Amino acid sequence: MQSDCYMLVTSEISHRYSQGQSFSFPDINCNHAQTLLVLGQSGVGKTTLLHILAGILRPNKGSVSIDGHALYSGSSADMDTFRGRYIGLIFQKPHFVQSLTALENIELAARLAGQQPDKRNIKSLLSQLNISEQAHSRTYRMSQGEQQRLSIARALINSPKLILADEPTSALDDKNCHEVVQLLQQQAAAVGAALVIVTHDNRLKDIFTDHVTLN
Amino acid sequence: MHLLKLAWRNITHEPLTLLLNLILLTLSIGLINFILMMNNQLKNKFEQNLAGVDMVVGAKGSPLQLILSSMYHIDAPTGNISIKEATPFLREGHPLIETSVPLSLGDNHKGYRIIGTDHSILELYKAHIAEGQLWKNLYEVTIGSEIASTLDLKLGSTFKSSHGFHDDEDMQHDHGSLTVVGILQPTGSVIDQLILVSTESVWAVHNHDEHDHSEEGHDHEGHDHEGHDHEGHDHEGHDHEGHDHEGHDHEGHDHEGHDHSGHAHDDEHHGHNHNTDHRNDLSRSHLLTHEEEDITSILVKFKSKKNFQALQMPRNINENTDLQAASPAYEINRLYDMMGIGTKALQLIALLIAAVSAISIFVSLLNSLKKRKYELSLMRVMGGRPSKLLLLILFEGLILALIGFILGMLLSHVGMMSLGGSLQEKYNYQFSAWTTHGKEVVLFCAAIGLGLLASLLPALMAYKMDIHRNLSEG
Repeated sequence: MQSDCYMLVTSEISHRYSQGQSFSFPDINCNHAQTLLVLGQSGVGKTTLLHILAGILRPNKGSVSIDGHALYSGSSADMDTFRGRYIGLIFQKPHFVQSLTALENIELAARLAGQQPDKRNIKSLLSQLNISEQAHSRTYRMSQGEQQRLSIARALINSPKLILADEPTSALDDKNCHEVVQLLQQQAAAVGAALVIVTHDNRLKDIFTDHVTLN
Repeated sequence: MHLLKLAWRNITHEPLTLLLNLILLTLSIGLINFILMMNNQLKNKFEQNLAGVDMVVGAKGSPLQLILSSMYHIDAPTGNISIKEATPFLREGHPLIETSVPLSLGDNHKGYRIIGTDHSILELYKAHIAEGQLWKNLYEVTIGSEIASTLDLKLGSTFKSSHGFHDDEDMQHDHGSLTVVGILQPTGSVIDQLILVSTESVWAVHNHDEHDHSEEGHDHEGHDHEGHDHEGHDHEGHDHEGHDHEGHDHEGHDHEGHDHSGHAHDDEHHGHNHNTDHRNDLSRSHLLTHEEEDITSILVKFKSKKNFQALQMPRNINENTDLQAASPAYEINRLYDMMGIGTKALQLIALLIAAVSAISIFVSLLNSLKKRKYELSLMRVMGGRPSKLLLLILFEGLILALIGFILGMLLSHVGMMSLGGSLQEKYNYQFSAWTTHGKEVVLFCAAIGLGLLASLLPALMAYKMDIHRNLSEG
């Protein structure tokens, strides 16, 4: 692993909300196909960091670079476009477009990133994640575990360079937790993406070796 | 393209909200279009039927009633006037009058009015014969195109007239079976729904009906045509066509009576100035010899509409004679004004519903925006730029407006179809359910504008959404 070709590099990020809360974060470097666990208790700014890494929240100070691109160099609309192509996001509670089926939600993710959805590709991804039977269901009829797996599929569909997961396992039982994490790691490795998991879930500490702890 | 599809999926995702919005939109657009269509068709009918008539002279009564009965044939006449009273207007050579047409109303056939008149009425309505010939002899009729098709009457068809203006078998006259000798080309004006006969035919039918023998004697007076006298006495007019024809030839007229040039020529020989007269043996001067008989009204067209004396004529008639003169344009404007109140009330209601539907769309989009805050933020996360969200919400409003417009148009046309049917039954006026009035484009733009207006604010809110906060709250 060479330090000069890290997929994700941050430097001296700090952010202060208008309400007065302020956070500074340690520098993070994450490589291709590497999984990095960002640990921390509630209120230490885990979600803030994740949003900064994802180009959702512009930090007051510091810089983020993904695959050599400075993330906050453009407008927020440009960041949307960049994010669609380079970053896959997984949230604690999976949300989907309610009016669309599982399959259509994945198609939408491809379209919004400017790609023509490949139905065969999506179906094989869904079957790898073991939810192919739910392809035509409404997402709100699926179980928590299924929904989380669907959100993994959505994060992966555009073969991103970086996958960011915010507490992906906190709502899941042990069995689903292991399954989801395993799938996440496998799929990230399959597309060669760096995987950053922000969590306070101690179950994950034993699975991943690279940790950064916020406090 | 996929945004349109997504917008469609989003609005159909809440069927009840969709239903409410569409009902309101459809009602408002339907009502507005219905009013527009109705106004347009009424106006067209009224204007077509003005036919350049400047003044209607009839018995005293309501001027509007006189106009409606004599020009639009939808009301009862005000009464009758005698030929003697009418003579100044019917006589040729009046310095102000270009054309005057005598009308004798009172009978109908299956609800279609039978009008006793002379051929000058054709010029007013620019009507031309399509089949057969113009009425010439007693009991001969020429019918408007609409009657021919609706009642399936052909050349040679015979029918009996009924007294009054409504189809009523009990009121049928016992005498005088009328024979169709001609059918007019369609004109789009009221003449399409009239049955035209000679004034004498109307008198003949009525005199027989009243069994008034002294009146019958009247036929002898002043008649110079043998054929006509015969007809007056005879109960079956058919047999005497031959006689009549001969009578024509003696007078030096052409056979069919619709050969204009021939007549003009003849007229000159007779020393008359107007080619509208003397078309056949039932001539204007002949008509005026029946001083004691009645007609209903006279349609008058002035030589100049701006002539001061002509403009004063109605007032002079109303003040100095027992007759009434009314101006069609003035009365119809008065009628518009009266109808205008009803139309305005309807328009106001339609606009109110439109406003309510705009508010309803606005509120439902705003509500769904709140509900979909997270999923819209997700669309941004997945690479959708803010402008895409803006478009998505605008599309949702526009699709609603478009469907509402289409349903509203359908509703108004179907409404027109059913109302047109009952109007036709009552007045024999044809209302077409599928004509356009040219303002559809304006209505379409208004509907789209309403959709845009209602969705603009929610769309802007989606555009400016703080996705960081939405996702943190999620």
